[in-house]
Amino acid sequence: MQGLGIHVLFEGINFQRLLGGLWVTLRLALITIGLSCVFGLLFALLMLSRKPAAKVFCRVWLEIVRFMPQLVLLYIVYFGFARIFGWDLDGETSAVLVFTFWGAAEMGDLIRGALTSIPRHQAESAAALGLRKSQVYRYVLIPQTLRRLTPQAINLSTRIIKTTALVKMINVAEVLKVGQQIIGQFYRQPDAAFWVYFVIFLLYFLVCWPFSVLSGYLEKRWA
Amino acid sequence: MKKLIRILALSLSLALLLSLAVSASAEGFRTLEEIKASGQLTVGLFSDKKPFGYIDEQGEYQGYDVYLARRLAEDLGVELVPVSLDAPNRIEYLQSFKVDLVLANFTYTDERAEQVDFALPYMKVALGVVSPDSALVTAPEQLNGKTLIVSKGTTAETFFEKNYPDVKLARYDTYTEAYIALLDGRGDALSTDNTEVLAWAIENPGFTVGIESLGSLDTINPAVSKGNETLLAWVNEEIRKLGEENFFHADYEATLRETYGANADADSLVVEGGVVE
Repeated sequence: MQGLGIHVLFEGINFQRLLGGLWVTLRLALITIGLSCVFGLLFALLMLSRKPAAKVFCRVWLEIVRFMPQLVLLYIVYFGFARIFGWDLDGETSAVLVFTFWGAAEMGDLIRGALTSIPRHQAESAAALGLRKSQVYRYVLIPQTLRRLTPQAINLSTRIIKTTALVKMINVAEVLKVGQQIIGQFYRQPDAAFWVYFVIFLLYFLVCWPFSVLSGYLEKRWA
Repeated sequence: MKKLIRILALSLSLALLLSLAVSASAEGFRTLEEIKASGQLTVGLFSDKKPFGYIDEQGEYQGYDVYLARRLAEDLGVELVPVSLDAPNRIEYLQSFKVDLVLANFTYTDERAEQVDFALPYMKVALGVVSPDSALVTAPEQLNGKTLIVSKGTTAETFFEKNYPDVKLARYDTYTEAYIALLDGRGDALSTDNTEVLAWAIENPGFTVGIESLGSLDTINPAVSKGNETLLAWVNEEIRKLGEENFFHADYEATLRETYGANADADSLVVEGGVVE
């Protein structure tokens, strides 16, 4: 038990591995957030459609996402698909599938909420002023929707980043798993765990904080 | 209301479909021939449980289980593909055929044996008793009338209650509290899994494990997917063969000796050739 446990992070290539894990976390989160935005938009359009079948479909999807813990979904896709259909997906692919399934529904619901929250008379007034439909969207609806959407979308994004920690359960060595492996090397050093988790906390902060700054900046700029 | 019912019906039928599909799961494990042909053996290992399976500071898998995994892959003439898993999902990895073999300090139990196939054991775990050097306890009978420290709910507690009723038990909630009690002299000895007390005694000079193996043995075995007979037979044969060259003692020296110290007896943990004495 020599000195502060922080030295465990700098043994061999431990710190490099931790940063490698952070990159896995970040890559997974960014891919998921990107896909969630694209599919979220489609999801929102589907939710706004007047067809009852589309509405029921979205409703069921959204409810599944809301009541199923993400870990269960990950297990279903990673282990279940292999067992039932023989689809042997690797951990990262399963994670992108599950988190996009989740992110798209939530993002879609946020977009739908932001769009419908803009009073109908705004679009009507714009049309009365002679704006074409595309112009109504371009100059009236989309800017306001984006402004209302930003804080919630950023919130969802940071939630996605943090939730990626679950993928350590399906053989993806992201930052938390690498941290635990480092702690495992030094099980006789009681404060190793504290320092490793503390550094992981800082890393997560460094990743999520820019999103928060970006959100504040955009809100001010679009105000 | 009508809509709600429809949604409910839809999700129910979805769940039914899913459970039907689960019960009709196919046999998807890889036979010995298929593993050889693919040139890769995927083995489920711990990546954070030193000294059994962990990743060292150079990013390499190490440990008692890993040592065996390397040898098995070598003898099979294939590449070892380690898959990091955790204790709660070891069975799941085998049942979904994500790995060919699990070598993750996997203790044999009858319940688990219904879900996976265990090969011959390569390690055993029993109870150990640690006591101060000044009054070393070397046989359980010496504890009659004395106080033994145990953790609540452990096999040590039930073992001594049943077999040595004259031993006074001091029960503590956590391992940490129990060890502190021994350091404070609130008991004559302490008993828990032998792997635990052996490692603890190394860290605490003045204490020695006088009894290294006591009570019913649990064994640590490799496991394969249920019904994968070709692989199971090969692993069993391999363990018997490795026993002839005392492979597992070499494994102990390479990976466990550092943890359990120069004085620990390898035979209290190691099983050679799958035969438990």
